[in-house]
Amino acid sequence: MSVDTKKLVKNAYRVTKERYLTALRVRVPGGHLDTKQMTLISRIADRYGRGEVHITTRQGFEIPGIPMSRMEEVNREITPLLDALQKTTGIDLKVTFEGYPAAGTRNVSACIGNRVCPFANYDTTRLAQDIEGIIYPNDFHVKIAVSGCPNDCIKAHMQDVGILGQVEPLYDSKRCIGCKACVDNCRKRVTGALKFHNFTVQRDHEKCTGCGECILKCPTAAWTRGEKYYSVVIMGRTGKKNPRLAAPFLRWVARDVVLKICENLYSYIDKHIDRSLPKEHVGNIVDRTGYPVFRDEVLQNVDLGERAMVAKHINFGGYEYHSNASF
Amino acid sequence: MGYKIYREKFADLFHELRASYEIYAPVTKKDKGMYSDTDLITYDKVESFTEIVFDKKTFFSPKEIVFPIRQTLFYFTEDSVLEPTKLEKDIVIFARACDINSFRSLDAIFLQNGPYEDPYYKKLRQRVKFILLPCDGFENCYCACLGTNITDNYSAYVDVRDDAVYCKVKDAYWKGLWSKYGEESEVEPRYVSKNENTFEIPQKINNSIFEHQMWSEYTNRCTGCGRCTVVCPTCTCFTVHDIRYDDNSKYGERRRVWASCQIDGFTEMAGGHGYRHKQGERTRFRVLHKISDFKKRFGFQMCVGCGRCEDACQEYISLKNCIHKISEIMAEEEKV
Ligand code: SF4
Ligand code: SF4
Ligand code: SF4
Repeated sequence: MSVDTKKLVKNAYRVTKERYLTALRVRVPGGHLDTKQMTLISRIADRYGRGEVHITTRQGFEIPGIPMSRMEEVNREITPLLDALQKTTGIDLKVTFEGYPAAGTRNVSACIGNRVCPFANYDTTRLAQDIEGIIYPNDFHVKIAVSGCPNDCIKAHMQDVGILGQVEPLYDSKRCIGCKACVDNCRKRVTGALKFHNFTVQRDHEKCTGCGECILKCPTAAWTRGEKYYSVVIMGRTGKKNPRLAAPFLRWVARDVVLKICENLYSYIDKHIDRSLPKEHVGNIVDRTGYPVFRDEVLQNVDLGERAMVAKHINFGGYEYHSNASF
Repeated sequence: MGYKIYREKFADLFHELRASYEIYAPVTKKDKGMYSDTDLITYDKVESFTEIVFDKKTFFSPKEIVFPIRQTLFYFTEDSVLEPTKLEKDIVIFARACDINSFRSLDAIFLQNGPYEDPYYKKLRQRVKFILLPCDGFENCYCACLGTNITDNYSAYVDVRDDAVYCKVKDAYWKGLWSKYGEESEVEPRYVSKNENTFEIPQKINNSIFEHQMWSEYTNRCTGCGRCTVVCPTCTCFTVHDIRYDDNSKYGERRRVWASCQIDGFTEMAGGHGYRHKQGERTRFRVLHKISDFKKRFGFQMCVGCGRCEDACQEYISLKNCIHKISEIMAEEEKV
């Protein structure tokens, strides 16, 4: 049997340990899909696979046990999934019956966000879908995840680009009864950005993470929601060499800045990627060019807005398997 | 006298009313809800008739209009005291029957509870006129159980239906204004006659309830956030602070600020002594004040059954449920 494995991989299948069997990865940007799509996924698994579905770490589905000989049939079957993808993300995939057009850029994952979670500062699913609309289809190996608040339940700190929702809390002293619920909570659970002085609360913007917990704690709505903002952390990764948490890159930027930097990231990769390698991971490219080059190119033509903070330098750190361990 | 006034005409009437009054009504504050992308329905000053929300219960009550959350009573310097003197217009409040009735409880506490009237409250209160709104009831509404579904205390009644506003005007002073914009018509206020959920406050609540173990449930559930009291239209507790200004501590102001029996620090004394440390004890104090103790003093229930305490409680603690429990316990005791 002859199989073009490059094409197979591009179509979001993989070469598995079982010869002639493959597995299909279904993208679910924002981790949200309707039950019609669920039904279709299970039907494909029943008909072509082993009647099993694996839930991936990036919130997609992987359907294992598909004979490679049936990939074309499966590609036709998943047309409604691709149509739905186009609808939610605004992407134009041109042809939808030939399967997924790319798999390098990974599914954009999201925590449940403000459709359900009281802490979330925005609709994470919507943002994930909008980011997917900008960066997919693409072969560059990039992982992005979006989190509703700095608590980071989606582990955006393990991604190449992690987005954390912020809100500017606005204080109306005339409504404050001085119960200190906000102050105590911020001290115990967050960064201690609030102080109670002369029966009035003071907020230290430098320390404030924009998590919005003070707004949730306040019984009188002395704290209310101001503008929505986002903070961006970058180049977190796992891997077999130098795992590390993502480092703070931007704080207090607007939604369109987030979308624009995701777009610019791809021009940066295109310019600097080492094409002699099968696929160079963006984190390694940044290791090579250095943060300043990355920063300047990704922020090109971006109107950051008044509130924005940009990291002056980044020490990514992390640990090296061979040198930082003490066994 | 009743009137039918077309919407556009009523907008003009409203405009004219605004020239003489500060008008407060339920409004939607876009994206100001506690959670992101949610709105806050609350009382606020309105500039135009179209801002008013007629079909939703407000999260906060109108009490803050006459009993501000934070109120400067006077300013002091080394050798003088100065009261804020700003002269304001009279106040019009658009309110449902329960909320208008809540002012009866507020009046009792601030004006009839002791030898002195509260001058700060009185100053604002005496400027208030009510415009009654019709009501069809909401979740957690108990007005009909308390008789607060009906009121006579209003200057005008307005009911917006389709393209017209149906009004009844009681205030002789306002009749001229209304007749200028509308045609006469038979209008009577629409009240809620039955609530979806109900409770019945027991006639007699024995002191035995104090020690009953029913309250321990609230010690476990209640977080002491105070929402139930700040949203309640009849909670009136406050505390007083002297604030000394940072750049000159000889100058400052005396403020009164809302306080809550559910929150730490309430009636706390020197050395950190307090009367009720457990949340269950605090809930008992609050609930019995609303449905028993106040009545012993003033002859009517303090609670107006608006259900805001239930709407606001993040721990889903229900007043109705609590009253049911008390009723059952009292009925049990009757039998013995
Ligand atoms: S937004 Fe979060 S970090 Fe900022 S003051 Fe409020 S609770 Fe503290
Ligand atoms: S929680 Fe609200 S009322 Fe309490 S101190 Fe903070 S701002 Fe003031
Ligand atoms: S709102 Fe609920 S949790 Fe908060 S103090 Fe009242 S009963 Fe307790």
